[in-house]
Amino acid sequence: MPNGAQPVLDVQGLKTVFKIRGGEVHAVNDVSFDLRPGELLGVVGESGSGKSVTMMSLLGLLPTPPADVRGGTVTFQGQDLLKVDAETLRGVRGGKIGFVFQDPMTSLNPVYNVGMQIMEPLRKHMGMNKKQAAVRAKELLELVGIPDAERRLKDYPHQFSGGMRQRVMIAIALACDPQVLVADEPTTALDVTIQAQILELMKDLQERLGMAVIWITHDLGVVAGIADRVLVMYGGQIVEQAPTRELFRDPQHPYTRALLKTVPRVTGDREERLAIIEGQPPILGEHPSACPFRDRCDVALELCAKQNPPRYDVGNGHDAACFYDARTGGPRDA
Amino acid sequence: MLTYTIRRLFTAIPTLIFISLIIFLLLDMAPGDPTASLPLTIPPEVREQIRQSLGMGEPVHIRYFLWLKQMVWSEPMFYLSQSVSWIDAPDAARLISWQTRAPVLDTVFERIPQTLMVVGLAYVVGVLIALPIGIISAYRQYSVFDQAGTFVSMIGFSIPPFFSGVLMIILFTVMMPNDSFWWFPSIYDTTLIVDSWENFGKQVRQMVLPVMVLALQTTAQISRFMRASMLDNLNQDYVRTARAKGMTESVVVLKHVLRNSMIPVITVIALGIPAIFGGAIITEQIFKVNGIGQLLIVSIQGSDVPMVQTLTFIFAVLIVLFNLIADILYGILDPRIRYD
Ligand SMILES: Nc1ncnc2c1ncn2[C@@H]1O[C@H](COP(=O)(O)OP(=O)(O)O)[C@@H](O)[C@H]1O
Ligand code: SF4
Ligand SMILES: [Mg+2]
Repeated sequence: MPNGAQPVLDVQGLKTVFKIRGGEVHAVNDVSFDLRPGELLGVVGESGSGKSVTMMSLLGLLPTPPADVRGGTVTFQGQDLLKVDAETLRGVRGGKIGFVFQDPMTSLNPVYNVGMQIMEPLRKHMGMNKKQAAVRAKELLELVGIPDAERRLKDYPHQFSGGMRQRVMIAIALACDPQVLVADEPTTALDVTIQAQILELMKDLQERLGMAVIWITHDLGVVAGIADRVLVMYGGQIVEQAPTRELFRDPQHPYTRALLKTVPRVTGDREERLAIIEGQPPILGEHPSACPFRDRCDVALELCAKQNPPRYDVGNGHDAACFYDARTGGPRDA
Repeated sequence: MLTYTIRRLFTAIPTLIFISLIIFLLLDMAPGDPTASLPLTIPPEVREQIRQSLGMGEPVHIRYFLWLKQMVWSEPMFYLSQSVSWIDAPDAARLISWQTRAPVLDTVFERIPQTLMVVGLAYVVGVLIALPIGIISAYRQYSVFDQAGTFVSMIGFSIPPFFSGVLMIILFTVMMPNDSFWWFPSIYDTTLIVDSWENFGKQVRQMVLPVMVLALQTTAQISRFMRASMLDNLNQDYVRTARAKGMTESVVVLKHVLRNSMIPVITVIALGIPAIFGGAIITEQIFKVNGIGQLLIVSIQGSDVPMVQTLTFIFAVLIVLFNLIADILYGILDPRIRYD
């Protein structure tokens, strides 16, 4: 993994709030991370932990209202994407940063054939004419492993299976050779066997095309297989960040450790039951002034109710937002 | 698609025969006497003779079959013989109105242009105004524009044409000074022939009030449909995909969302078209437009059974036909629909 190189994407202090009837939902709170060239960054966390909202905020893809991206910077190619004008932002979307969404059944427009939907970004971002775009669209379908590509361009989304539709979505996201690909739970809605195929395909494409990938999932098992580095999110915050191997070897945050217990071990005792994390993820009505995990934490300290822990560097490119030091079994001596 | 259409056309035939039978029986049961509107001085024996000559003496099923034969065979053959030389006019007499003694269909065809011009134009105007209002209202939901649109729709829905029509007449005919540009005639002059620019202007002016009254209703309904359909689609996942591809808002809304939203709206528009041919009964009456709607009212009042029967039957045919057209349009617009 190319460590220390200039990041392709640098997010600092991102904060997104939803205005709802009678209050606010603080969905993303002070999130900072970077994405390095060619790396596959896994983002894990329970559903509702703010993974999707974080990534949508980067490109202004949330409906405003109710969403409000209140703060932070998103540096991409020397520009802050939260400040650029609408036309520049549209140039980045689909052109330099591609998106693959969770549900391939609803993410394609049902009334246009897939050829048109793949050619749209090609014509906008690459300035291709219809003919060139059609040639490229066919290549893209072949790239993502759809047989009989030329003919299938004229087919409508409902004529494809779920897995095939997700391949079409990937083809759209990759159409303009993006530097960054954001995949938001791209396999969650698919059958297990199809999940494995899509996973394989994405990994293969990333190696061949060399772009950086942000892979969102709620499944640590998936991350273990493909990610170079992992962000763990909880309650709209990043609670732990580490290279994959390091995270699995030496998890620091109580939430991560609980999460690891829920991953089935292939080699382990067959009788061992999967642990379930007790309790519910918090819905935050205001900016958190305490650790969001404290109600479910079994090692909570007095301090945890008074302050929101910062991310402590624990070495090896690893950090964790927790007042409890897993290595010493006591409070961190700040 | 073609086999589907043909199959639907064939199944329409029994439907229409059944409808026409029901109409016939209902009219037969309805009280009223074709001679009731004749002068009271006519003696009862003569009245009875008139009734007999109108065919009232035959049993009801014979009269029905005679009417049916007339409708589907004799009348079409008559019109065919008029337009091509190698078909002879059928021997059967024309279907005659009891009230005017003129052939029923000739009268109907005389009236249709007025209705189409006023009611049809009002429908087109109403739809053309409604679509952009619906689109903008949905895209800017809860904005001032949307609130205003909701208010106008509420008015269009809740105020009947006999009220808005009279209101228009008071505002634009009675209270408006005669020489003002904003003065419009309240009586539709059917004898006006458009042979000069001046008369064309007159024609446009006399259409303004009835068209406005009717268009308000159409706008209210269709704009609500359009808005609801747009809202349904605006927060679909494929819209987010289109934005994530870097498409501009106009492409997202007018290409991706609109095409999907139009599917149900087009069907509703198509289903509303037979109502144009039915004429806007009240509005035609208020503005003295002598179209189909007015003809129907006059015929009902005069117990003119052949005329009422024919008008309602034409209406039934159009409803069945436009139902079929709506279904076919659905299939053309939505690739997910298969007809085989
Ligand atoms: N449109 C919305 N209105 C209000 N709250 C929202 C909206 N979308 C998301 N949220 C809130 O944001 C939080 C994070 O959601 P999300 O990022 O989708 O979670 P996930 O990690 O499962 O992708 C959730 O708790 C949810 O309540
Ligand atoms: S900060 Fe405190 S409550 Fe939060 S995870 Fe660490 S120990 Fe638990
Ligand atoms: Mg999500």
